[in-house]
Amino acid sequence: MIEIRFHGRGGQGAVTAANILAEAAFLEGKYVQAFPFFGVERRGAPVTAFTRIDEKPIRIKTQIYEPDVVVVLDPSLLDTVDVTAGLKEGGMVIINTEKTKEEVLEKLKKKPAKLALVDATTIALEILGLPITNTSILGAVAKATGIVKIESVEEAIKDTFSGELGEKNAKAAREAFEKTAVYEL
Amino acid sequence: MPKKVVSGNYAAAYAAKHARVEVVAAYPITPQTSIIEKIAEFIANGEVENLQYVPVESEHSAMAACIGASATGARAFTATSAQGLALMHEMLHWAAGARLPIVMVDVNRAMAPPWSVWDDQTDSLAQRDTGWMQFYAENNQEVYDGVLMAFKIAEHEKVNLPVMIVESAFILSHTYDVVDMPEQEEIDEFLPPRKPLYTLTDFENPFSVGALGTPADYYEFRYKIAGAMEEAKKVIKEVGREFGERFGRDYSQMIELYRTDDAEIVFMGMGSLMGTVKEAVDMLRSEGYKVGAAKVRWFRPFPKEELYELAKNVEGIAVLDRNFSFGQEGILFNEAKGVLYNTDARPIMKNYIVGLGGRDLTVNDVKAIAKNMKEIIEKDELDREVEWYHLKR
Repeated sequence: MIEIRFHGRGGQGAVTAANILAEAAFLEGKYVQAFPFFGVERRGAPVTAFTRIDEKPIRIKTQIYEPDVVVVLDPSLLDTVDVTAGLKEGGMVIINTEKTKEEVLEKLKKKPAKLALVDATTIALEILGLPITNTSILGAVAKATGIVKIESVEEAIKDTFSGELGEKNAKAAREAFEKTAVYEL
Repeated sequence: MPKKVVSGNYAAAYAAKHARVEVVAAYPITPQTSIIEKIAEFIANGEVENLQYVPVESEHSAMAACIGASATGARAFTATSAQGLALMHEMLHWAAGARLPIVMVDVNRAMAPPWSVWDDQTDSLAQRDTGWMQFYAENNQEVYDGVLMAFKIAEHEKVNLPVMIVESAFILSHTYDVVDMPEQEEIDEFLPPRKPLYTLTDFENPFSVGALGTPADYYEFRYKIAGAMEEAKKVIKEVGREFGERFGRDYSQMIELYRTDDAEIVFMGMGSLMGTVKEAVDMLRSEGYKVGAAKVRWFRPFPKEELYELAKNVEGIAVLDRNFSFGQEGILFNEAKGVLYNTDARPIMKNYIVGLGGRDLTVNDVKAIAKNMKEIIEKDELDREVEWYHLKR
């Protein structure tokens, strides 16, 4: 089973990202589970969401305490939230940032085995005209983890958002997929 | 059969749609709201025919509208949570007393104060004596299957009692998971249109609902409901078996047993926490613990006979209650002990109060409980009967 934790801010679509990733894995025949941190959400406040992916039905119903992968949608969270809390040995962190590997590592409390960086905000602004990074970051997830194919991410996005909105968001994911830098540490 | 990734609430809404409900009357409350929003969306999109949505000003009125609809012969559905269910309380007695096969989803939510929107079973268990049947779902699939079976059981000519399908706040209601939904034609074969024994719109055969029951008659009305609840056990098993034959998921057992065959210790509980318990059972088994899980699916009618058969062969039962009856103990624990009192099955039983108000019950918690139970069995002495396991120390 692979456990993924998303960190974002209310309004950025972290919960939707967790759901779309689950849908993409489901399209590839996997069993999935996606859920928000069971809190009371407010726009701008830190938000957590989770996805589990497995080859067999998923019975466990707890929150994810020891993720394999952490995805950070908002770079400012690195200053206030310990995003690597509970990260498994050999785990991976994927961050939306314009900063360098060295600058980012300085802010992480725990050094992950793999780090992936992408400037998803710029991609989202260019393609969607909005700084909503939930779909572009999923391109980075596909690239860095290989958990799902980028084609499945695109299909899941188009299932979630209809028409032109779906096309644009799928394009943002593809763009991020191409531009994500992955580092083995 | 088509599978979909849906939340527990959407699973409930799809099941209501596939059951071809005719009247939905509901009032929004977190975390239930997305059930009735989804149903409203089905109507707005023209995806359902012959479904009347009745917006009401309170949960009390929601149930009153369902009662009226059901008395005319319609298939009626509603959903609520916590304070909303409490506000409905009077009407719950009314629905069961009038023998109306209404189906409701209750999304378990902790009762206020302090305000909470998180999972806790006390809201539904406080409706224990209303005459409603109660089914607790472990996952989104069981929410979906439960709603479909509920109509068939409720509308059975020997039952005619309402059913409450209970799911966990957020842990199911807002969690997306894979749900297998049969084709509409297959569901229609399993669940044909309702055939009410009496309807208020049958003007050739007028009858009254909710008349006065004097001391000369009231007593027998209660006896008939008691009998219908007993009869419901057989119907639940029959319908659960048929569901399994048609759709591959068997519900003929009112208590689902997991790895209990040679188990010394069994964890007993209801609802979503039992998924985590099963995961823990597998881990504990690999560490050499002889443990199993008993998931009580139906709390009303209570599966006494199945509990006795289980209790005969185990040394200890750890009852996990995400609920509490003040001045007494966990509600499932209290019921289970009572069932066994007049029998020769007397395992050691301990009550663990867990997860009230949405506190997470983890695999490690279940493992710690297994260790505690093992010590108790080895010493043959209870350290205490009721433990508030999650209390901050």
